[in-house]
Amino acid sequence: MLKFIGRRILMLIPVMLGVVLVVFSMMYFSPGNAEDYILGDMATAEDKEAFRVENGLDKPFWIQYFNYVRKALKGDLGISYNTKKPVTEEILTRFPTTFKLAFFSVVVSSILGLTTGIISAVKQYSLWDNICRFIAMIGVSMPTFWLGLMLMLLFSVKLGWLPAAGFKTWKHWIMPALTLGLHSASSIMRMTRSNMLEAIRQDYIRTARAKGQKESVVIWRHALKNAAIPIVTVVGMQFGRMLGGSSITEMVFAIPGLGKLLIDSINLKNAPQVQGGVLFLALTMSVANLIVDILYAFIDPRIRSQYVKVKKAKAAPAAAAKEA
Amino acid sequence: MANNILEIKDLTIHYVTDQETVKAVNGISLQIAEGESLGLVGETGAGKTTTALGIMRLVPDPPGRVIGGEIIYKGEDLMKKSEHEMRSIRGHQISMIFQDPMTALNPVETVGYQIAEVIRLHQNLSKRDAELKAMEMMELVGIEGARAGEYPHQFSGGMKQRIVIAMALACDPSLLLADEPTTALDVTIQEQVLDLIDNLKKQFNTSMLLITHDLGIVAEVCDKVAIMYAGEIVEYGTLEHIYNNTSHPYTQGLFGSIPNFNSKTHRLKPIKGLMPDPANLPDGCVFADRCPHAKDECRSGKLVTKEIEPGHLVRCRLFE
Repeated sequence: MLKFIGRRILMLIPVMLGVVLVVFSMMYFSPGNAEDYILGDMATAEDKEAFRVENGLDKPFWIQYFNYVRKALKGDLGISYNTKKPVTEEILTRFPTTFKLAFFSVVVSSILGLTTGIISAVKQYSLWDNICRFIAMIGVSMPTFWLGLMLMLLFSVKLGWLPAAGFKTWKHWIMPALTLGLHSASSIMRMTRSNMLEAIRQDYIRTARAKGQKESVVIWRHALKNAAIPIVTVVGMQFGRMLGGSSITEMVFAIPGLGKLLIDSINLKNAPQVQGGVLFLALTMSVANLIVDILYAFIDPRIRSQYVKVKKAKAAPAAAAKEA
Repeated sequence: MANNILEIKDLTIHYVTDQETVKAVNGISLQIAEGESLGLVGETGAGKTTTALGIMRLVPDPPGRVIGGEIIYKGEDLMKKSEHEMRSIRGHQISMIFQDPMTALNPVETVGYQIAEVIRLHQNLSKRDAELKAMEMMELVGIEGARAGEYPHQFSGGMKQRIVIAMALACDPSLLLADEPTTALDVTIQEQVLDLIDNLKKQFNTSMLLITHDLGIVAEVCDKVAIMYAGEIVEYGTLEHIYNNTSHPYTQGLFGSIPNFNSKTHRLKPIKGLMPDPANLPDGCVFADRCPHAKDECRSGKLVTKEIEPGHLVRCRLFE
């Protein structure tokens, strides 16, 4: 198992290098010059030139790229152009907010999606099932920014119950979490429902019932454990999506998170900040995927056996031979 | 025999969907005495498994629906039991060996857990004791108890079948419903599994309903035989009655389809045609379309089951 985790961590290295190359190239080749945005209209040509030399922007692409990678390997992601603070520091001050929001949303939407999905599967085509499927259909189809704006319009402007922007008290959390969470709760619900429907039609469920097992154990233990792999995958993907894609929600609700930082940086062509931020998000996404993969092995012994030596590996072929 | 452990009277089970009604089991009646084995024989789709699931009250609903009939187990009608009462009967008093060992075991639980589960449900044992009992059961069916911590995918098909059997027998049931326990196995393992069931049956004085389409196995294991066709029992009697005084044309056809070593036959005589669609059963005798003796009067009216000698029942116009 440790070997498997170690191998997966090693595989992160080429992924990260690839991410750096793509992001770096995109920032380099996209139109516009950082010095124009940062220094403003009043800057002289000399000032701009000095800025370029100071940040190594006068060098050719490949030199800049290798300089960046060399420094990044040492943990130095450069200095933000506009705040003059280290990029890593900027990211680490913003990330907890994004992470908390994503984590909170994913926990709530998992609980919501799982329970409604299971009930829908057990009571297929019931009124409950139809209502849940209808809401879930709306949930997956609605764009995040639109939902965010509509919630704001209703709860902040019309009713005045909740603050429209910022991220200070728990009241600020409700609308962003709802905006992020409705989509993922819907996806999780739909995935849970379809996989549970498949699982409860299996023969081993009938076996469990034939033992005289209680229906609740049959559903929550026998069926859910078999349906869990695709559900865990979706939850992991939703978590990654929220970490990276919460930019829109953060913009809408003016939350000082990583997503907002990234978008602000892109507008300023603040290359070190953008590269650092994307790299960091790619890393968290990869870690989320890694955790999902490890969870697979915990859930399904057939996957586990690919990585872990079977304890009684010697006895098994002998018994199989006896069998034949 | 007076003390019947199981008596089915006029059991009818249909699968009802919006498009059609599949008449899987149509008014069958049978009895199993204590310690006795009844073979339920018929081709695929004759309603054998549905009958067994009906006894367990595990017919999937929807679409399955028990339309009518009584299932009397030890003098009590199972159809009138609550779901809670049924749960204490399932796996304890009546247990079932399922057809396909490849899918009947839960792939993500250890076999030890799966056997111990039924023990813990019905016997007042601690977790540890139930696990020990599960290991004992595995040894009983010829699998090392030490392998209780392994998962179904680590066992061969024959071993999985034996685990399913161990599970079914773990609580010493009085009635065992064995649904084609050997179909998925090759011949050598088949023999082992049948011996195993037979030994265990004698050891615990268990009654058995053996579902199969193999008349050879029936001759080996059973005391009585019920021949099922399109949801009806067409012939019912002791081994003697069925094998030596084969009466119903369908049963005769079944025997005609088996190679015989004693007489030199160049060609087997399979039954022509196919079983009627259970969603669209014909009027009169269900076998009439394939029957070599069919006459016009066979195709209409309701058939009656006739006792042609004590304990030998036939459902055919030729004997009415």
